[in-house]
Amino acid sequence: MGAIGRHGPWALVGALGAAALAIVAVERGEAVNALWLVVAAICVYLIAYRYYALFIAEKVMRLDAKRETPAVRHNDGLDYVPTNKSVLFGHHFAAIAGAGPLVGPVLAAQMGYLPGLLWILAGVVLAGAVQDFLVLFVSMRRDGRSLGELIRTELGTIPGVIALLGTFLIMVILLAVLALIVVKALAESPWGTFTVMSTIPIAMLMGVYTRTIRPGRIGEVSILGFVLLMAAIFGGGAIADSPVWGPAFTFTGTQLCWMLIGYGFVASILPVWLLLAPRDYLSTFLKIGTIAGLALGIAFVAPHMQMPAVTKFVDGTGPVWAGQLFPFLFITIACGSVSGFHALIASGTTPKLIASEADARFIGYGGMLMESFVAVMALVSATVIDPGVYFTMNSPVALLGTTPETAAAAVTKLGFATTPEVIVQTAKDVGEHTIIARAGGAPTLAVGMAHIISSAVGGKGMMAFWYHFAILFEALFILTAVDAGTRACRFMVQDLVGLAVPAFKQTNAWVPSILATAIAVGAWGYFLYQGVTDPLGGINTLWPLFGISNQMLAAVALTLCTVVIFKMKRERYAFVTIIPTAWLCICTLTAGWQKIFSADPKIGFLAHAERYAGAIAEGKVLAPAKDLGQMSQIVLNDRIDTVLAALFIGLVVAIAGFGIAACLKALRSDRWTAIESEARIVAAE
Amino acid sequence: MDAASQSLRDRWKALSKCVCDGARLMVGQGDYAAYAAHVARTHPDQAPMSEVEFFRHRENARFGVGNTSGFRCC
Repeated sequence: MGAIGRHGPWALVGALGAAALAIVAVERGEAVNALWLVVAAICVYLIAYRYYALFIAEKVMRLDAKRETPAVRHNDGLDYVPTNKSVLFGHHFAAIAGAGPLVGPVLAAQMGYLPGLLWILAGVVLAGAVQDFLVLFVSMRRDGRSLGELIRTELGTIPGVIALLGTFLIMVILLAVLALIVVKALAESPWGTFTVMSTIPIAMLMGVYTRTIRPGRIGEVSILGFVLLMAAIFGGGAIADSPVWGPAFTFTGTQLCWMLIGYGFVASILPVWLLLAPRDYLSTFLKIGTIAGLALGIAFVAPHMQMPAVTKFVDGTGPVWAGQLFPFLFITIACGSVSGFHALIASGTTPKLIASEADARFIGYGGMLMESFVAVMALVSATVIDPGVYFTMNSPVALLGTTPETAAAAVTKLGFATTPEVIVQTAKDVGEHTIIARAGGAPTLAVGMAHIISSAVGGKGMMAFWYHFAILFEALFILTAVDAGTRACRFMVQDLVGLAVPAFKQTNAWVPSILATAIAVGAWGYFLYQGVTDPLGGINTLWPLFGISNQMLAAVALTLCTVVIFKMKRERYAFVTIIPTAWLCICTLTAGWQKIFSADPKIGFLAHAERYAGAIAEGKVLAPAKDLGQMSQIVLNDRIDTVLAALFIGLVVAIAGFGIAACLKALRSDRWTAIESEARIVAAE
Repeated sequence: MDAASQSLRDRWKALSKCVCDGARLMVGQGDYAAYAAHVARTHPDQAPMSEVEFFRHRENARFGVGNTSGFRCC
């Protein structure tokens, strides 16, 4: 077959993708069908996978299908098992897909759908998927070691410790922001609160079932759990309507915040089989099912985009989050384009299960493309709803006021005409008291998903059900992440403190375990409380910090990959990692700098602290603080956030410095200096 | 039964095994049959764990003390 035969079909895919992007990007005064976004995304993914990923596999990594993988070399039937490529793809995708790609694009939609779409596509092809693929490769060549160990062996001990400390901080911010999303979604919502709370007894029932009645029957118990969950959603509707139970399940954000902190503490010391493992089944299967359902829904309904392609808020005046397109769009959409957390997964269980090096492209690069597609669907869900509703849900109370009348007036003034009737009707359709100022991504996404899915199944009458289904689906896997993440943090604390007090390392002793859990919960709980009581809605402060930390971890992981490429003497291809590393460094450093030093108190922590400190000095109380005590709290929060942002900046600069030094050293050496496991060839069977 | 429908049936079997294995591995449960076969091949003198023991072992390996592989985010 000639070159035309080989490349011809791909040229057609490329042409189709280019046409779809042109349709999406060019303003023609009429609503664009969301399917064009989907087509554009899929074409870009196909071309990137066929050409760029193949280039990386063949030229940069020189993958060798005949070389032994850790799974073959250390096969023990347990942790190291050569696994079917499709099965492992599912495992890897389920492990990397979480709340991130769903929330970021929803928040980014305030700038219109086009900037978000372009960054998701460019980011995943050139940065995110490259990172996942390369970290998987580096770990696979080193017996499936973790990111921390890899950095230590390839870069040195000090960078290794810095990276570990950074990972801990990121985890704390991540858990706080995830918990905040749940609080924002459940505050003042008896229906949502009831359904999410009922997942705890349901999971425990499942746990007892798999422990004592029918051990190991995951399929059965998941079906049982799913049926009970659906019953809980219907039950929640009745609870919300009841004059007695409705108010009993209505909580303020602060109350929910304390409940979550208590939950996080208890859940992470309970035996895993009782709560965590069974809920993991539910959240994993529900997540995969809902993602598939949403894809079918978008394909079937083919909704039109309501949000403009680009809004005037690219100048940084948007109500959802502050800051200009550069650098803040690239921080807001983290997962979906590039996510440092994936480096932890790609150096976790996946490299120990890979059967052949040739599978790494499909799992590493392909898995991330799939994740990116989830982000595109989230973007579609947020932009097919009425922009008036979008801004009503995502702007802070400080701007909107609390009544439909004030909110409608405020949003109309932003340039997105809406009426109090629309706001009241939308709340009624989804079975909520109010949709005003429900920032955090989850409620907006749930409205979008309910809008799409109810057009396909059930009509308007089912909209409230689908809304609460979507809330439940997000809350479920966020709670699983909070629970598992608190455990992970606890072990990190025990390791770190154990360096000084060896007795603290005993993970099965009660006192150190409870102390370490309390430290872990206290750390994320502090930021959660700060976020819940924040006048601007919390997401405004915490999401950029999370985005910065996540992109920073990606920059660290890509620095590691760059060093390995230099050590392998493949530096002529190092641009594949240097370009995304440089871009991420520029974005995180600029964003971090602006978060600290911007003179605009909406963006800069110091300017914000100054404003409140100044008012305290004059004895004035600024809204939303009610007394001087709260005023000082706000100032303290700002200073802690400043320190955190500064730590993140220091971390990126330090790792980049160590990385450049390691690259130069490798460049001076005339031979291969990468430390791989011994290359053995798979024996022909 | 003719060869064509037999091959279709085999394919269906392979597909459903792939889906089931995939779903189980998503929650950290590996393939018990592969484990048992591995032990029988490499350590014929040792008795493998029972299916229930294997299930609990994997559950602990995913979330248990000191392990963070059950953690995910985004």
